[in-house]
Amino acid sequence: MDVATLQKQLLDYSNSLFREGFLDKQFNQLQQLQDETNPDFVVEVVNLYFEDSERLLDELAKTLDQQNVDFQKMDAHVHQLKGSSSSVGAQRVQNVCVAFRNCCEERNIEGCLKCLQQVKHQYFLVKNKLETLLKLEKQLVAAGGSIPMYC
Amino acid sequence: MMNSSCNVSSSSKPPHVLAVDDSIVDRKLVETLLKNFSCKVTTAENAMRALEVLGLVDEQQKSLDSTDSKVNLVITDYCMPGMTGYELLKKIKESSVMKEVPVVVMSSENIPTRINECLQEGAKMFVLKPLKPSDVKKLTGHLMIEESQ
Repeated sequence: MDVATLQKQLLDYSNSLFREGFLDKQFNQLQQLQDETNPDFVVEVVNLYFEDSERLLDELAKTLDQQNVDFQKMDAHVHQLKGSSSSVGAQRVQNVCVAFRNCCEERNIEGCLKCLQQVKHQYFLVKNKLETLLKLEKQLVAAGGSIPMYC
Repeated sequence: MMNSSCNVSSSSKPPHVLAVDDSIVDRKLVETLLKNFSCKVTTAENAMRALEVLGLVDEQQKSLDSTDSKVNLVITDYCMPGMTGYELLKKIKESSVMKEVPVVVMSSENIPTRINECLQEGAKMFVLKPLKPSDVKKLTGHLMIEESQ
């Protein structure tokens, strides 16, 4: 595929991610921090986000599995996940975390279990989307194109 | 006694910022933002580690000759496990050696009482996360003011 087609494909895809609320403008901020001195910045941050989130999701599952659920501990983990999601622009994950924190506050185990399912679902969705986006970017760059600013 | 204005440096040396945050994603972000404003950055994942970097653990004395570890500004997350950013701020302001170092507190939560208590305790600024380049520009403004005194 030629550069123009690859770029259109990438823009169409990124537009859909913003339109559907998977990503918000914080992701643009990350893009703007990437330059010649820091060419892999977005990939690096996104990978850190993936590792960190999966660690937190494991911790959350473990915490909910206990006889006596430690709601404070759970809330702390959700707070962290919410924070890092906000930092990379993963809007849907961030939103589910808000609901999750409410359930923690209410000490609502059923609610927390549901929220955990939802947050996992949204996380793996955005992970998939981001991996696809980054792959399309890589293809474009390999073909000689440059990554446009998304909006 | 030693020259305790550890935030004074020649204008050719990049300012040294200590960034404290328990989130690995946020540490990466803050570090990059600061480096884009020509700062030298040291990161710490918790307040205890930050105190070590500052030489404030167990009455450690900063060596007069350790020129490259002089921190010109501390930016810290508020919510951290163990010692919070607020407690770290207090420790810095209580220390005879480090109390002049400007401290900026950041948080993902916009809670006026939290903001006020930090400012009361001597924080130069309180910023909401996620940090933007305009926030960092403001921050470095505090740095320069300190340096010219």
